Amino acid sequence: MAKPRVLIVGGGLAGLAATMKLAELDIDVDLMSLTPVKRSHSVCAQGGINSVNDQTRQLGDNEGLHLDDTVYGGDFLQHQPPVKEMCDWGPRIIDLMDRLGVPFNRTPEGFRDQRRFGGTLFKRTAFAGATTGQQLLYALDEQVRRWEAAGKVKKYEFWDFLGPVLEDGVCRGAVAQDLVSMEIRAFPADAVVLGTGGCGLIYGRSTMSMVCTGSAVSRAYQAGAKYGNGEFIQVHPTAVPGADKLRLMSESARGEGGRVWVPRKPHDARDPRSIPQNERYYFLEERYPKYGNLVPRDIATREIFDVCVNDGLSVDADRQCVYLDLTHIPRAELDRKLGGILSIYEKFQGVDPRDVPMKIFPAVHYSMGGLWADYERNAQGGLVIGSPKNHVTNVPNLYAIGECDYQYHGANRLGANSLLSCIFTGLVVAPGIETLVKNQKGAVERPASLYESAAKRHREDHENLLRRPGGGENPYLIHQELGDVMTKTATVVRRNDQLRDAYDKVVELMDRASRCSLSDTGNWTNQNVVFTKSLRDMFPIALAILKGALQRDECRGAHYKPDFALGGIDEGEPSERRRLAEAWCDRFEENTAKWLRSTIATHQSDGQPELTYEAVDTSIIPPRPRLYGLVGGELIEQVWKERAAKRAAGASGPGNGQHAAKTATAAKA
Amino acid sequence: MTSHTNGHPQDFEVRVLRQDAPGAKTYWERHRVPYERDMNVISVLQRIAAQAKSADGRQVAPVAWDCNCLEEVCGACTMLVNGRTRQACTALVDKLLEDNPSEIELRPMSKFPVVRDLMVDRRRMFRALQKVKAWVPVDGYFDKGPGGRMSQEEQGQAYPLSECMSCGCCLEACPQYTKVELTRRDGETDEDFRRRETATFDSAFVGAHAISQVMLFNSNPTGKMNAGERIDALTAEGGIQVCGNAQNCVAVCPKSIPLTTSIARAGRAATVHSIKKWFDR
Repeated sequence: MAKPRVLIVGGGLAGLAATMKLAELDIDVDLMSLTPVKRSHSVCAQGGINSVNDQTRQLGDNEGLHLDDTVYGGDFLQHQPPVKEMCDWGPRIIDLMDRLGVPFNRTPEGFRDQRRFGGTLFKRTAFAGATTGQQLLYALDEQVRRWEAAGKVKKYEFWDFLGPVLEDGVCRGAVAQDLVSMEIRAFPADAVVLGTGGCGLIYGRSTMSMVCTGSAVSRAYQAGAKYGNGEFIQVHPTAVPGADKLRLMSESARGEGGRVWVPRKPHDARDPRSIPQNERYYFLEERYPKYGNLVPRDIATREIFDVCVNDGLSVDADRQCVYLDLTHIPRAELDRKLGGILSIYEKFQGVDPRDVPMKIFPAVHYSMGGLWADYERNAQGGLVIGSPKNHVTNVPNLYAIGECDYQYHGANRLGANSLLSCIFTGLVVAPGIETLVKNQKGAVERPASLYESAAKRHREDHENLLRRPGGGENPYLIHQELGDVMTKTATVVRRNDQLRDAYDKVVELMDRASRCSLSDTGNWTNQNVVFTKSLRDMFPIALAILKGALQRDECRGAHYKPDFALGGIDEGEPSERRRLAEAWCDRFEENTAKWLRSTIATHQSDGQPELTYEAVDTSIIPPRPRLYGLVGGELIEQVWKERAAKRAAGASGPGNGQHAAKTATAAKA
Repeated sequence: MTSHTNGHPQDFEVRVLRQDAPGAKTYWERHRVPYERDMNVISVLQRIAAQAKSADGRQVAPVAWDCNCLEEVCGACTMLVNGRTRQACTALVDKLLEDNPSEIELRPMSKFPVVRDLMVDRRRMFRALQKVKAWVPVDGYFDKGPGGRMSQEEQGQAYPLSECMSCGCCLEACPQYTKVELTRRDGETDEDFRRRETATFDSAFVGAHAISQVMLFNSNPTGKMNAGERIDALTAEGGIQVCGNAQNCVAVCPKSIPLTTSIARAGRAATVHSIKKWFDR
């Protein structure tokens, strides 16, 4: 029998981690990427990577609390077993990356330093300056280069994944195109793993890199893979606007003490440094005394949006922005811990953020949703390591890892959890694939005709595109229109009338995109045709996002519909307030019963999605109201705890409510 | 420039050195791009692609170029902007027009084979990283606890070297780094061609980036156990002895990596290493 071969698509943190682990397990890997893997979008991650560590542990932290913060921050919309497993692996993953040479920042004694990130009260985040993603990626890139030199890995850089090769619904490889020679050919494989990242380019400009079109995921989706929780798009609170891209200013700026504020006087033209403290509105600190500037991202984003749009307190009159202020922190400390992002601001804005507060505004940043992926739960509530079910999509032998799967982050991702989830999924998928390929007949033994006919279909599509008559639609302009519609309607605040209009508009754009004319009809490094293909593939995902958002009549994490918000309780005498809190909890329970479900999109032949809903495994930590800073939240929490205690007393099973759950998960840690 | 509003031109001219394919003739093409706030060379190339028309109104194919992160951490978009090797993403239009209001000139790097237009083939850089074994040769990926302790000072030295994004600016500026462009011979198989290419890459100068990576890994608590292997690679053909000490590399590095310091340290290490080897014979 031929030696098994696995195709990995995408050379970011997830793809590289999977590649090196599979190579270690003596499985040959073809690694395919749109760009040299060292240039993958993971390099843009700045702030750090989360895990429980020796110091937080002595302050009462444990893996169970990391799990709790992650699912509470994600508004309980993620299956808990994979998250539990990820949090359990956290400390070991940081140790591994340390061994691979990541230059993590150090304490004076020479231990790894940690900082605090949003949505937690512990300093869990290890970091390498403010380019942690770059440093982690390089360490993995180096390991994969080592395996490449040893002949275990063959790289296909500047190749575009066009779709899986399916035989009776089972994935037997993929078809891809060389972006230089434009050659299209099939890659037989015993398993195909997609680690192709997010889909920010659907929104036009975002914090994502130019390869983040979501096209690979869309091609898998159009071939039958299901897409989960598309509507959950993270809008990062702090980015710098630009004509080509919105550049991220890491949450670590706030983790290191950065403060967000606006002048109390609208569009105050004074030098920000001359504005006295009492004329500044530190709105996150005032509205969220417990977490301050480190509330979860969806909340920080909404508040910045609210202060600019509803309160009219934007710093500039002609565009929306607020101050992110680091000027009170010593320069040497800023250089050591945040140098990378400060130089980005300085280079692109021409202003030194060590001296002058930065002007920032929210930007589309991360897709919590992605390809539906399975897992096998073990008796402790984590994953069965080595199960081929871990991270497989509904298409057998087709896997999804990293940002392009829908697991781990629920309705909102916590900062510094993505680097962890990307490396974790890469590492955990490998032993499962090892089990799979050892138990099946090799792909290379499939008939050649299977691959030839798949490649032929894509060649025909390519030729048809090149032959399209002139004078049709311009793909770049359609992309701008798509980005505008999506950014206006499917980001921070969502309204059903707007979503309905946006859906119709995007269907219309999809139709127009099918009539694009190419300005380059050649067959050598034709970026025009490659872009046009990826544009076409943005629409099915855009429609899944819009339909998911339209149908979900509630607020959950990053998905915020004011018409369905459960407001706070800010008036009335004690008994009235008590009654309101009870009613609030009733509504919360009803809403949970109705909407604590993942949206699952299935692609239809007309390009539009059909949505179904999937129950969420919340067996470790029962859902509870997410009350960061809500007016009257303390009273609601009290009522909720009383109910939870009553339920726990009535049930003989595991405890309920926050504390009981923590004990249950802490037991193993 | 046509006319001005608020001190900014309404539009500006961009001159691009184009080449349709490897070995093809090069030609200049002019484009006129409407001015917008906060533009950089990337957004200029995006507008050129969307226009699909040159300044004289001819239908032209979009200019091919390489880019990804647009925030100067991925290393993809290196090109010559007004004659200077740099990342296109941090080349801001306002600044460029300040320096030269008549036009912006874009050319591909000259030390790497052109694939098309502003796209060049930089595989030789990544091959150099293989040649010098730029990695920590760990036992494996199972849990074995943390890596070695490291002082703040050691981390402070390693981190800047580790920021190298393989953009190639240092090589473009280096007088000793000369272009290697091979074409496939008649009857040569793909594999034979790749082998010949690798051998040619390995005999040509490795360049400042790879020398600096050797110093990064040779100072790592685990990496230093194999320091000799990397120095061997650095003293082989195309190694550090080729460096002519022009110091251009450090001047053009977008990340201000202390490349000449690395080269000096590597030179000393190579001397010590060869003396030691001589005594060990």
